[in-house]
Amino acid sequence: MLEAAGLACERGARRLFAELAFALAGGEALRIAGPNGSGKTSLVRILCGLAAPAAGEVRWNGTPIRHLAEDYHRSLVYIGHAPALKDELTPLENLDIATRLAAAGVARHALAAALSTLGVPDLAVRKLSQGQKRRAALARLLVSQSVPLWLLDEPFAALDARGAAALEDLLAGQLRAGGTVVYTTHQPSALDAAARLIELG
Amino acid sequence: MLAVARTLVARDLLLAWRRRADAAVALLFFIIVASLFPLGVGAEPNQLRAIAPGVIWVAALLSSLLSLGRLFAADHADGTLEQLMLGAAPLGVVAAAKTVAHWLVSGLPLVVIAPVIALQYDVQRSLYGVLALSLLLGTPVLSFIGAIGAALTLGLRGGGVLLALLILPLYVQVLILGAGAVDAASSGLAATGQLLVLSALLIVAVVFAPWATATALRVSVD
Repeated sequence: MLEAAGLACERGARRLFAELAFALAGGEALRIAGPNGSGKTSLVRILCGLAAPAAGEVRWNGTPIRHLAEDYHRSLVYIGHAPALKDELTPLENLDIATRLAAAGVARHALAAALSTLGVPDLAVRKLSQGQKRRAALARLLVSQSVPLWLLDEPFAALDARGAAALEDLLAGQLRAGGTVVYTTHQPSALDAAARLIELG
Repeated sequence: MLAVARTLVARDLLLAWRRRADAAVALLFFIIVASLFPLGVGAEPNQLRAIAPGVIWVAALLSSLLSLGRLFAADHADGTLEQLMLGAAPLGVVAAAKTVAHWLVSGLPLVVIAPVIALQYDVQRSLYGVLALSLLLGTPVLSFIGAIGAALTLGLRGGGVLLALLILPLYVQVLILGAGAVDAASSGLAATGQLLVLSALLIVAVVFAPWATATALRVSVD
């Protein structure tokens, strides 16, 4: 269960949001919407613990996340704006290293299968297009289905219609399996009907 | 936790291998700086012998500084650093692993090449051991202290210059001890004292610097 209590965020002297509170149980999705600069990315970064809120706290299963540290990290997958891929490595090498750094221990053939499901070619990342990079980053989700909390910043950006549909299926499956999904988006998606909404700005 | 550290060191070594030119630049810089002095001060053997330890150490220090800027910058730019901060190991372990990989790529080659530079300065054969040992103990200290500065200046405009201003004063101790060890040995004294203090510095740096680096990273990424 992911809870936020009295969250506030400031950028410079500007207050982006204040007194933000919600509780998400397993199987629930939260969509964060709002215009550019309204603090969507900041909110996701606060939820995963990368940034500290100006006020309030985030709790995971009742414990504030700053006390949980690595234990919390093991229960979440965060995919940010930047794809977090190394240009010099292939998508498979990137995914292998990313899962090992998260101590997830996924077999190499499962990683290769995830990448081929999403149609990512086996080339150095610098030779991939933006959309292919996005798919390579999202392949992390396919091998993280046992991780209960997914925090996604603009997951649909740069994806074509088929990629977006595949991602919607993946997220819906994760929700059915009892996972929690938080995502920011501009584009409407099939998931929105089932998701709770926070409108910033 | 150790498995994460091992993965990270292996990753950084693989990345360095795929971008060999970057590591070669720092090593070439070291060789060129150390080779400029005989051209500038003249080829009088006694004079060269006297300045050799200092010159080699200053060159090592500058070369270490040159490669420090890249320590976290690439990971910061492509979002990997955020993933590392959300990884399964404490950030201090991540910082230590990245620093070790940085030393293996940019510090260790200096230790290996230093005797060749010493040859240019007509340094006695018997001093090669002390010179290499002082660099072997000293260059990791440079990497560990430098990592704190690299983390603090991450993402700043003109970070490179600021990094030099922040870190060079902290390098003074290492420079005095490292060059002093070789000087002592060349005048027939035991260099044990300097080398022991250098070892002590190394232990302190290995234990404390990664946590300072981790704190600095959190501030820079927030």
